[in-house]
Formats: sequence, C-alpha cells, structure tokens
Amino acid sequence: MFANFDFNVIERSWRYLFFDGMAFTLELTVMAMLGGIIVGTLLALCRLSSFKPVSMLAGGYVNLVRSIPLVLVIFWFYFLVPYIGAWVIGAKEPVKVGAFSSCLITFIMFEACYYCEIMRAGIQSVSRGQVSASYALGLNYWQTMGYVVLPQAFRNMTPVLLTQTVVLFQDVSLVYVLSITDFVGAASKVAQRDGRLVEMYLFVALVYSLLCYALSNLVAKLQKRIAIIR
Amino acid sequence: MIQINNVSKWYGDFQVLTDCTTSVKKGDVVVVCGPSGSGKSTLIKTINGLEPFQKGDIVLDGISVGDPKTNLPKLRSRVGMVFQNFELFPHMTVTQNLTVAQIKVLGRSEELAREKGLKYLDRVGLISQKDKFPGQLSGGQQQRVAIARGLAMDPICMLFDEPTSALDPEMVGEVLDVMVKLAQEGMTMMCVTHEMGFARKVSNRVIFMDEGKIVEDCVTTEFFGNPDARAERAKNFLSKILAY
Repeated sequence: MFANFDFNVIERSWRYLFFDGMAFTLELTVMAMLGGIIVGTLLALCRLSSFKPVSMLAGGYVNLVRSIPLVLVIFWFYFLVPYIGAWVIGAKEPVKVGAFSSCLITFIMFEACYYCEIMRAGIQSVSRGQVSASYALGLNYWQTMGYVVLPQAFRNMTPVLLTQTVVLFQDVSLVYVLSITDFVGAASKVAQRDGRLVEMYLFVALVYSLLCYALSNLVAKLQKRIAIIR
Repeated sequence: MIQINNVSKWYGDFQVLTDCTTSVKKGDVVVVCGPSGSGKSTLIKTINGLEPFQKGDIVLDGISVGDPKTNLPKLRSRVGMVFQNFELFPHMTVTQNLTVAQIKVLGRSEELAREKGLKYLDRVGLISQKDKFPGQLSGGQQQRVAIARGLAMDPICMLFDEPTSALDPEMVGEVLDVMVKLAQEGMTMMCVTHEMGFARKVSNRVIFMDEGKIVEDCVTTEFFGNPDARAERAKNFLSKILAY
C-alpha cells in the first residue's frame, strides 16, 4: 500500500516546514497564550466585579466571542482590522497590519474569552475567607488579587490553562485560510507543489500528535511541582 | 478604643444585627458568646469593616468605620484579626505569611519585616517552622502563626472570631495559652468564643448575644458569679454550656 508513497518529500522540505512554518506556529501560540491569559484574567476580574455594567459588558463580550467559530473571527479581523485602525487614527488608507499582528490580535481576543472562563473558575475556587484575611491585614483590592487570590487561582488552574494552550496550538493551524505559512500552511504548499498530499498530511498529523503528547506530559510534571501543599 | 453605637445590619429582609451598642476600652479583654446564628461573628467583622452595616456607627480609635471617606485598608492594618479557619495563605511559607502585609501595607523593609515576623513567631513557639508551608502544620500551629501574623502588624487591638472552633480538642490549649499570654500583656482583645474557661480566666467583660441583639453586657465576675440576675436566654445558654 505504501509502495507508491514518496516520503522523501519530507526530507526535501523539512527546513522550510520547521524553520518557516513551525516557527510561526510556535511564536503565535506562545504570544497568544501570554496575551490571552493576561487579557483573560482582566476579563475574569471584570466579570466578577460587583459593579454591574462592568461585569455585564465583560460577560457579553465573552459569550459573544465564544459563540462564533474561530475561522470567522480570523477572517473578520484580517479584513476589518486595517479599516478599524484607519478609522481610529483617522487615515484615509487602510492601515497595513501584517499577517502576524493580525493573527496575534485575533487569537488574543479569541482565546482570552476561554482563558477568562478558566480564570473565573480559578478565582472562585479561592475561598472567601482568604479574601477576608487579606483585607483584614490591610491589603487593598489589587494587592489582594495580586498576592493572594491570583497566585492561588493560577496554581489551581494550571492544568486547565495549559490544556487550553494545547487547543490553541492546534487552532493556530486555522490561519492557513489566510494563506499564511504556519506549519500546516507550509506543509500544504509543499504538498500541492510536489503532489504528495497524503504523505505530507500524515507527517503533519504525526508531528502535531507528538508535540501535543509531549506538552501534556509537561503539564502533568509542572502541576506536581507548583501545586499548593495542603 | 472601640465604640459601637446602635449598629443594625440586614441581609436583604433578614435583620442580623439589631441596635447593638457596646464599647471596648484600651486593655480590655471582652468575650462575645451566644448561640449559633446570634450575630457574634457578624458583629466582630463589622468592627474592621469586613461586614458593612446599614445603621449606626462604629468608631475605632477615633475613626468612623462606616464613613465612606475612611481609608479602610489603612484602618484594618491597625487591627489584628484571627479567623476560625486560620486563613493563612497556603501558597506562601510561614515567613512570607508573616511579612507580606508588613512589606506591602506598612512599607517596611524586607529585613525589618522578617525580624518582626520571626520575633512573634518565636513568641508563639514556632520559630522552627518558619520555612514550612501552612499545609505542613497542624491546625493549632496554623492558628498560632495566624496570631503572630496579626501581631507583627503592631495592632492597637486584636479581634478573634472563634479561634478554637475548628481545632481538634488537643490543640485548643496551645492556642488559648498564646491568647492568655497576650491578654496578660495588656493587649486589647475582643474575642468570639465558646471557651467559657478562657472567658472566666482572662476576660474582664462578657457580652451575650441572641438573635442579633446584645442581651447581656457585664463584667465577667458578675456574668458567671450571679447567674440568677441574668436574662432568661443567657441563663439557659450558660446552664447548657456549663453542664459538662
């Protein structure tokens, strides 16, 4: 069955696949994760705010974005951001944003909603008494969040946050709809050029599953190290 | 030092505190007791503004707690509070627990905060545990660390909210020992507790609450020594709690 497969195509193109494609994928994943967790945490604080307009606005945004398919958001942002940028700074021509920045903004805004829900659960997992104790010592709201609640919330939620990051890593492949050379994009370009679609996509699947498996193991190890002693 | 004037508090339609009035002078040790749900914990938490109240006024060392202009964090940093469930920060070592508020709230240097914290840790007899995490300590030890954490802020008074209720019977003694020592050193204390032995031994006043009202507020010797003069509810409570 594999007789007429030509796996040499991988050998011929691996530099391009990894140094162009995978480099983009990893860079976008890491930056979107960091941005997403920061924005998501702020969104979570807003959602849990006792000031109704703030919590409703944050809740509305999170629920809206979570109910739209990611591909659609990628398209929208890619074509809309230049015009929005132009409108904001008052320029006549659409602002040149660049594929990477556009994708980064998209993924941060999108993933922030999922990270938000994770952080919300994390913050709520810290008992009310911890907040009382922190306030009783004279710490203010931001100090209480920063030194007492969020460090515990992050530790409690690390496995889920990193699982979401594995999902994000896979989601990044969707940018290939914009003809961007991420790992999948690079692979499909080579595959179509050489007519070796099956070989290439098999290889891509293998690489993804290996990396995700490794990441999951890393998560488990990390979890053991930073878990709170109870 | 603490002046509570006609304080009332509602949760929705439910009134938890009704017209509570009392005061605590410098050096006083006041025990608050009463059946569950009588509002003891709520009352003590209104003193440092952890629980808001809708009517009345609380004046703490000349500063009104209910005034929206009051800098609550600053006021709270001058009042130590010990909770039923210890509430040490589980992700920090014992030393970090003792120093974090000193550094972030009082602006002390790390060395000074450490020195202060360890001094009080030594006083509660736990200096050997300074690098452990709260989860590695017994309940009694955690509560003693929590007391040291409060003391390290150099508070003008200490509030205790059922400090021994969550402890194994074996560990109640070690926490009470620390509190007795503290009281004998002249610390102003207000303490919600069911430890009647402690109340009798070190407190100079007992407040008895029921259904959100202060039913009895009298000197300790009078409270225990003359039960017949007490309100029916307090007499009932005492006879039950002192039966064993």
